Amino acid sequence: MTNTTQGSTMKEGYAARKKAVNVAVYIILSVMVLIWIFPIVWLILRSFEGEKGMSSSHFLPQKWTFGNYIKLFNNEDFMFGQWFLNTLIVAIFTCIISTLFILMVSYAFSRLRFKSRKTFLNIGLILGMFPGFMSMAATYNIMEILGLGKSLVALVIVYSAGAGLGYQVAKGFFDTIPRSLDEAAKIDGATRNQIFWIIILPLSKPIIVYTALTTFIGPWTDYIFVDYFMKDNQETYTVALGLYKMIEKEFVTEYFTTFCAGAVVIAIPITILFVIMQRFYVAGVTGGAVKG
Amino acid sequence: MDYLDYVQMTKGQRIAYKIKSFFRGIPGAVGNFFRLIGLFIKKFFMWIGNGFKGYGSRFAKGDIGTKLSYIIMGAGSMFHRQIAKGLIFLATEIAYIYFMFSFGVGYISKLYCMNVKTTATVDGQPIDVFVDGCIGQEALQKVEDDWGTQTIVNPDTYDDSNRILLFAVLSLIITVAFFAVYIANTKSAYATQMTLKEGKKPLNFIAEMKTFLDERFHITLLTLPVLLLCTFTILPIIFTIFMAFTNYNEKHLPPGRFYWWVGFSNFADVFYSNPQKSETFGRILVWTLIWAFFATFSNYIFGIILALLINKKGIKFKGFWRTMFVITAAVPQFVTLLIMRLLLDKDNGLNAMFGTHYPFLDDGMWAKVMIIIVNMWVGIPYTMLISSGLLMNIPEDLYESARIDGANAVQQFTKITFPYIFFVTTPYLITTFVGNINNFNVIYLLTGGGPSATNYYAAGETDLLVTWLYKLTKDSKDYNLSAVIGIIVFIICALGSLITFNMSKASKNEEEFS
Repeated sequence: MTNTTQGSTMKEGYAARKKAVNVAVYIILSVMVLIWIFPIVWLILRSFEGEKGMSSSHFLPQKWTFGNYIKLFNNEDFMFGQWFLNTLIVAIFTCIISTLFILMVSYAFSRLRFKSRKTFLNIGLILGMFPGFMSMAATYNIMEILGLGKSLVALVIVYSAGAGLGYQVAKGFFDTIPRSLDEAAKIDGATRNQIFWIIILPLSKPIIVYTALTTFIGPWTDYIFVDYFMKDNQETYTVALGLYKMIEKEFVTEYFTTFCAGAVVIAIPITILFVIMQRFYVAGVTGGAVKG
Repeated sequence: MDYLDYVQMTKGQRIAYKIKSFFRGIPGAVGNFFRLIGLFIKKFFMWIGNGFKGYGSRFAKGDIGTKLSYIIMGAGSMFHRQIAKGLIFLATEIAYIYFMFSFGVGYISKLYCMNVKTTATVDGQPIDVFVDGCIGQEALQKVEDDWGTQTIVNPDTYDDSNRILLFAVLSLIITVAFFAVYIANTKSAYATQMTLKEGKKPLNFIAEMKTFLDERFHITLLTLPVLLLCTFTILPIIFTIFMAFTNYNEKHLPPGRFYWWVGFSNFADVFYSNPQKSETFGRILVWTLIWAFFATFSNYIFGIILALLINKKGIKFKGFWRTMFVITAAVPQFVTLLIMRLLLDKDNGLNAMFGTHYPFLDDGMWAKVMIIIVNMWVGIPYTMLISSGLLMNIPEDLYESARIDGANAVQQFTKITFPYIFFVTTPYLITTFVGNINNFNVIYLLTGGGPSATNYYAAGETDLLVTWLYKLTKDSKDYNLSAVIGIIVFIICALGSLITFNMSKASKNEEEFS
């Protein structure tokens, strides 16, 4: 009798403590979510603000309006529509070329065994340690000599020429596909070319989606190369650089709310794409890194 | 010290022992690192030596065709009746020789002195400066000393230093590639000779082409990516490394002006001989390392804690919590960073809302702290995402048995969760650290390297090495200096990751490096 009461009070105490802990966790999580969401909500609210300038001391817009979104595509200083189109074109071509390259290189390194494989892997590792834009002045010189300076083609080349180096994640994925599949196909007389197209690629949809999405998103968010390559040629800007220019000192008062509208327009599709690929993202980062 | 001694220690002793053995391990790791480099060099020379040996013995054992192919590429193949293959080799040789004589040799010969054939004029007055060979450089230097700057020459009629350097490097890369084809040619000739000797029929052209879809499929797959990589990544990198040894800066901008080799003086400038540059470098280096350390570990630890909170048993709406954080991670970084920059402005954003004027990003110390905090805001959701996945992978029975043994929540964390995650994510941690040394976006978009520091050379107080590099390239046009910084960043990253990889269990076997 005493034993059971003791037991139940202990259980009750345990349950109460557990509940208290959970409540504390809920509170911490809620506060954190507020902190994390606040800047984004602020951005969205600003994009509907009718008052110009950015020194508003109010959280909610003074005057709700959709005008900023209209002004974004229709103003005399910036050509956001053009930038959007530029970025879309660059992103599509970069996506196609880079995805192909990455799949080709990772398949070669993952499934094929050849003499200089290790050498290539090590060279890739070493090249990856140079700061990405260290040689951008030289790259720009090359583009000038090729007559491609300040052009979108130059951007596509810069983004996709180095794609071969980004093989780790896809290679990590290919490594997990059982080798027995290859062996079986080989016995049936399939060439390595056929194995790649008929067996490996259909099994690799997740990694193809992941690679395509990351390479597609890249040009939307790169600021460094566009800034250095395009200089003052507004017609070939991409959205990242264009938005950055909007909040430079001489424009920020006039265009602050327009900038917010532009940021929302860009952020929505990318956010959706990212949420789609997040499950591949985790597997990619950890799986690929461990295997090296 | 064996296991029994270790078990008998108190908790404090154990921690002390672990710390001690960590630091004791560093010299070993560094030593091991140099041993590996030595091994690598030895292997490299053995590889070259074997190459020469094979090259010689193939020649000695070869028949006339094979011997001939050492001079005329493709001769061996044609001698062995592989006409199409032979013609391709021959065409490669002719193309290469034509390229070198019409183009390559000219540029490579100019490389040594970066010389330019021209007559310089200063302020419209013709001065007889024959810029030809290294003597010309002295003359140019003299003009520069006397007049403050070089005269501008017409770029259409004179070579420009960029072209000389670029085309010379290109010619060298093409020469290396040609050499590989040349060796392949002699090997192929000898191999066919051997096949014939055994009485077998060598593969005909079509059959040989088909091997590119099977046994030699890797060549098909890798050719195009490697070619583009050579042109647009390796060529620029070599060019940039050369740039570090020239005086390519604002005073020597081609086309119109020339630059030339100055040896190690740029490195000397950065390390000691130029007080302003070396002080800037020292301070920025220290801040870069501090930043990389705090940025990496703050995100890592708080990210894991957040993941634990969300994944805690009994917490409802896990999907909701996760989605909220994922959304903030999903918004493109340049957008969130620019928002933060506006929010933290001295007169607007948060300050305007609360009617204050905190110099969040306008004071050196404030800015440095804010950068690390904002970086946490940016990075914690990522770490949460990654470690959430890992947390679910930890086998449940580990916890079960721990509970049976009476382990409480804290013990479970320190004994199971943390070691597990730490082990799996060590490589990730290293890449993040290296990534943070190279983290351009957070600093450049948030503060632009500012607030400006007057005693720095073309940099602000929060500049990292990479943002300094960027500013040197873009704003002050000190291409040579930026190349030096690039090389230094590369060395730091390479040393850091090699030593740490070496120490972590992930790559104990030497094969990884050979």
